[in-house]
Amino acid sequence: MKRGPAVLTGVHFFNGDVACAEGALAAGCRFFAGYPITPATEIAERMAERLPEVGGTFIQMEDEIASLSAVLGASWAGVKAMTATSGPGFSLMMENLGFGYMTETPCVIVNVQRGGPSTGLPTLVGQGDMMQARWGSHGDYETIVLAPSSAQEMFDLTVTAFNLSERYRLPVLILSDAVIGHITERVIIPPEEEITIVNRKKFTGPREAYLPYLPEEDLVPPMVAAGEGYRVYITGLTHDERGYPSTSPEVQERLVRRLAEKIWRNARDIIRLEERGIEDAEVVLVAYGISARVAYRAMELARAAGRRVGWLRLITVWPFPEERIRDLATRVRAFVVPELNLGQIVREVERCAAGRARTIPVLRPGGAVHDPREILTVIEEVFHD
Amino acid sequence: MTEAEHPLDQFLRADRLPHIWCPGCGIGIAMRCLVLALEELGRPLDRVVVVSGIGCSARVAGYVRLDGFHTTHGRAIPFATGLKLANPDLTVIVFSGDGDLAAIGGNHLIHAARRNLDLTVICVNNFIYGMTGGQFGPTTPLSARSTTTPYGNFEPPFNLMALVAASGAVYVARWTVFHVRRLITAFQEAIAKKGFSFVEVLSPCPTGYLRRNKLGEAVDMMRYFKANSEIRHGADPAEVGIEMGGKLILGKFVDLERPTYQERMRQQLAAFFVEPYVEKVSEEVEAEEVES
Ligand SMILES: Cc1ncc(C[n+]2csc(CCOP(=O)(O)OP(=O)(O)O)c2C)c(N)n1
Ligand code: SF4
Repeated sequence: MKRGPAVLTGVHFFNGDVACAEGALAAGCRFFAGYPITPATEIAERMAERLPEVGGTFIQMEDEIASLSAVLGASWAGVKAMTATSGPGFSLMMENLGFGYMTETPCVIVNVQRGGPSTGLPTLVGQGDMMQARWGSHGDYETIVLAPSSAQEMFDLTVTAFNLSERYRLPVLILSDAVIGHITERVIIPPEEEITIVNRKKFTGPREAYLPYLPEEDLVPPMVAAGEGYRVYITGLTHDERGYPSTSPEVQERLVRRLAEKIWRNARDIIRLEERGIEDAEVVLVAYGISARVAYRAMELARAAGRRVGWLRLITVWPFPEERIRDLATRVRAFVVPELNLGQIVREVERCAAGRARTIPVLRPGGAVHDPREILTVIEEVFHD
Repeated sequence: MTEAEHPLDQFLRADRLPHIWCPGCGIGIAMRCLVLALEELGRPLDRVVVVSGIGCSARVAGYVRLDGFHTTHGRAIPFATGLKLANPDLTVIVFSGDGDLAAIGGNHLIHAARRNLDLTVICVNNFIYGMTGGQFGPTTPLSARSTTTPYGNFEPPFNLMALVAASGAVYVARWTVFHVRRLITAFQEAIAKKGFSFVEVLSPCPTGYLRRNKLGEAVDMMRYFKANSEIRHGADPAEVGIEMGGKLILGKFVDLERPTYQERMRQQLAAFFVEPYVEKVSEEVEAEEVES
């Protein structure tokens, strides 16, 4: 057998997990460390099969803490790296996730969500980790979280996740769910040359001139890899531009603010939304992941009944599209937010709506997706008020 | 007056001085031995990486003028695993404390040994959690006092030599910071060894361990190391456990050959793949590639 191609250009029927693995390979991922957990295991299985074909490395670690540690180590060796898990494993990763933000280490972490809390519903859908993804690690930080809604997007957004992580030097999260991970659908993989690939900014000047945490204008510092002769010191402690630890409040202020600002300032480049029927909408459905597909059906039913209902899908969940929601809040009557949790992203919608429009949650704690009629009933209530 | 350059300056980040260690602490000696070992070993230093977790000992990663990674508590070994697998040309040294490596990181320690990853792990064993102020840890001897064993420790400690040997380490040795020459040699051997090597370095923690156990000053611990050590190369690792006030068995206990993780991986995959897992591509395949 010869080495296989990294980009499987063509039309396939893949489940979301397999599509995610293929997206990673197409994006240039050459290292995967993981620990089996339903419903994310197929990502590891696919990577175990495919990485050796493309000269990459797969390792099954002893747990999820070790998995993310190894991914961060591989990234510092200069290799694009990924891990994939579900709720319980995601919880275990939280400390190292913070290390990834603090040390500005590009990598991708996939969480194929299931019902929680705890071991919850191993094979059934949930969206209960949306706030953990935002706030789960300790301290202040900003993150980027993408929520795919189809097997195709498991491919596309995995490529995007690698690109954003390399562009902004941070761990990027993909928050999928059990349905999207396991649904088998048509996935089109474009020719290699049509796939946009972003690689981290590398420093190539003389060793004396390199300060590992001196940002450029975009607030992102150029990176080097271990073994390149720059002799860097990388620590999760608060550090100055040299990377040296410091306990000064000024250094903390400068560093932590920059880590947040590099996301805030670039939010327009990062945020991706999909919208339908917003122009004349009196009610806007705000949803993501599998729930967005159900919500779309609810919109179709409402429109058929003559209701002016729009649909806004969060592709980027974090940073949250505050501007867009604020803007819509001035001209719609209500936002209806179906989620497979007891109210997480709906709080953000409500915060941004700030009383200018009603915000109505439609919530289930996972286990099964909504019936579109459930959402329709809530929409109808708005019009009857 | 200009300050004379210390011969080891090229190995140390002098601009980070003063270091955080207490007077009499043994970690500095262990660091110096590592630096001297590297100097004598003559490996290209640009390719040597030091990885640590959290603790007083873990600060070494930031004092040596090498690529250094000060990671999260207990996770130095899995971080090093990623570094090494992603770039096998790196010489990866993990330098951390006994609490870091054997308590919170204990699972990673045994699994890395089992895999026989080509890493060198240096474990500074000061019998205590130094950085957090002297709590007992997985190597604290029975009956020893610590801030969390105010009535004396009743948890049996790990014999790290037996633990890592049983898990599959190919090089297992123990020395003290009194045995400087031996320690340097052990570091050299461990780094040169292909596979998972582990060196335990017994070291005084005057602040967290000695004072609370009325064992005197650092120099008293050095005297103890000198007077109570017995070098027994090749001793059965299971029989070299440490008791408070007892004899310390030092030496090289394990030095054997076993395929590394990467060697086994290459060997296993070679049946399925040419390039990059076998060095020599068969002529048949080469011809095919030239044509295509
Ligand atoms: C997850 C986590 N738990 C606890 C701590 C607090 N902590 C810092 S160092 C340390 C123990 C270090 O002991 P050891 O590894 O023996 O190193 P020493 O300081 O003795 O050299 C602990 C518990 C931490 N930093 N992170
Ligand atoms: S607390 Fe102990 S181990 Fe830490 S620096 Fe002081 S003497 Fe050394």
